[in-house]
Amino acid sequence: MQRGLDAELKKQLDEEEKRIISDEHWFLDLPELKAKENYIIEERSCVPCEDLVYGRMSFRGFNPEVEKLMLLMNTHKEEEEDEEEDDVSRMETDITDEEMARRYESLVESMRNKFAKKRNRSTVTKSEEDVNCNVVGDQPKKVFLKPQD
Amino acid sequence: MLFLHFYCENKSFSRSRKYTNTGRSRCFLAMDTIHACFKEKIGEVLLPGDVFSFRLSESGDGSIKTEKIICGPGLRRNGEEVQVCKSGILRHKQPNMYWIDSQQRRYVPAKGESVIGIVTAKSGDIFKVDVGGSEQASLSYLAFEGATKRNRPNVQVGDLVYGQFTIANKDMEPELVCIDSCGRANGMGVFGADGLLFKVSLGLVRRLLAPQSEIIKDLEKIFPFELVVGMNGRVWVKAKTVQQTLIVTNLLETCENMTSQQRQTLFKRVAEGFL
Repeated sequence: MQRGLDAELKKQLDEEEKRIISDEHWFLDLPELKAKENYIIEERSCVPCEDLVYGRMSFRGFNPEVEKLMLLMNTHKEEEEDEEEDDVSRMETDITDEEMARRYESLVESMRNKFAKKRNRSTVTKSEEDVNCNVVGDQPKKVFLKPQD
Repeated sequence: MLFLHFYCENKSFSRSRKYTNTGRSRCFLAMDTIHACFKEKIGEVLLPGDVFSFRLSESGDGSIKTEKIICGPGLRRNGEEVQVCKSGILRHKQPNMYWIDSQQRRYVPAKGESVIGIVTAKSGDIFKVDVGGSEQASLSYLAFEGATKRNRPNVQVGDLVYGQFTIANKDMEPELVCIDSCGRANGMGVFGADGLLFKVSLGLVRRLLAPQSEIIKDLEKIFPFELVVGMNGRVWVKAKTVQQTLIVTNLLETCENMTSQQRQTLFKRVAEGFL
């Protein structure tokens, strides 16, 4: 027994509904207007015109926090002008790249040691410190031998 | 101000002068003609009602119009023309900024400017702040650094606040905030435990805030002090003693109408008299 409508019937009903709704919509019968590209921009404030500096100032150490702010805000404004020319922006680093590389080397080493099995630990460390290649490669690994009946 | 506004709307006055590029009707680069129109008048006194119009060829030269011209205060766009609406001297800044340098005492709020306001009322979630414009600005209590619904800022009626406008046009009530877009205060907020607030003209404010201001350089030689300058013509000064504060106030007020030489002699006299 079929309950409800067929898929086709549903589609037809939906389309009719949509048609009715869109017919009821109002629209302006005007030709398409293109927005003109404005090449004159209005600017109400005179701050960018005359490059005015930050308004809080302190002189000869009267208020050290305000003096720090002055340096911050005024150099920030100068940096904005300079950055327009630079495309690459390097983030400021606390540690140099070489230190980072060295740290990673030792980190990888210690991690490897930690997860190496007890038998392999000594060979691993020896081969790392050995520069003249005196240490021979490790013997074939000892695997569990199933007892033969 | 109303009279000037009316004057610039009425084009039938024979006084209104039109600056056109009739001598260069066949130009290939549209931008050059616009700049040339302006360049003739840089440094000259203009009156409200003067119009700069550019007759640009519309025949498919759309690719050339990529540069923009920025009209600063005193200039207004009227369709394809630029009209002058304040009397003053035309100034230019590279690459494409033009504005009118004029004098006035009355402040009109503009977006992005930092001003000193006086809190006049506290109503619900906002403070009403007097900034010297035609309307009082509103300052939300959440617009301070570290303010939350539970942690309200400590602002009382009568406090001085240094803030920036986020909304400031002729159709809406101006709105102030005391944080920047990242949420940091950057020196804005309530200030002024001691010190003196006074009013100066807007031209002096611009001279004080100019990048290499001579007035500031001369002033700082006299004695240490702290200064907050609002673009609405309000200046707050604090020095070690009341007498020093009053001296700085008087010097700033008289700077308005003195030439630089007179100013320097006056400052020298004060510095000597003080030491």
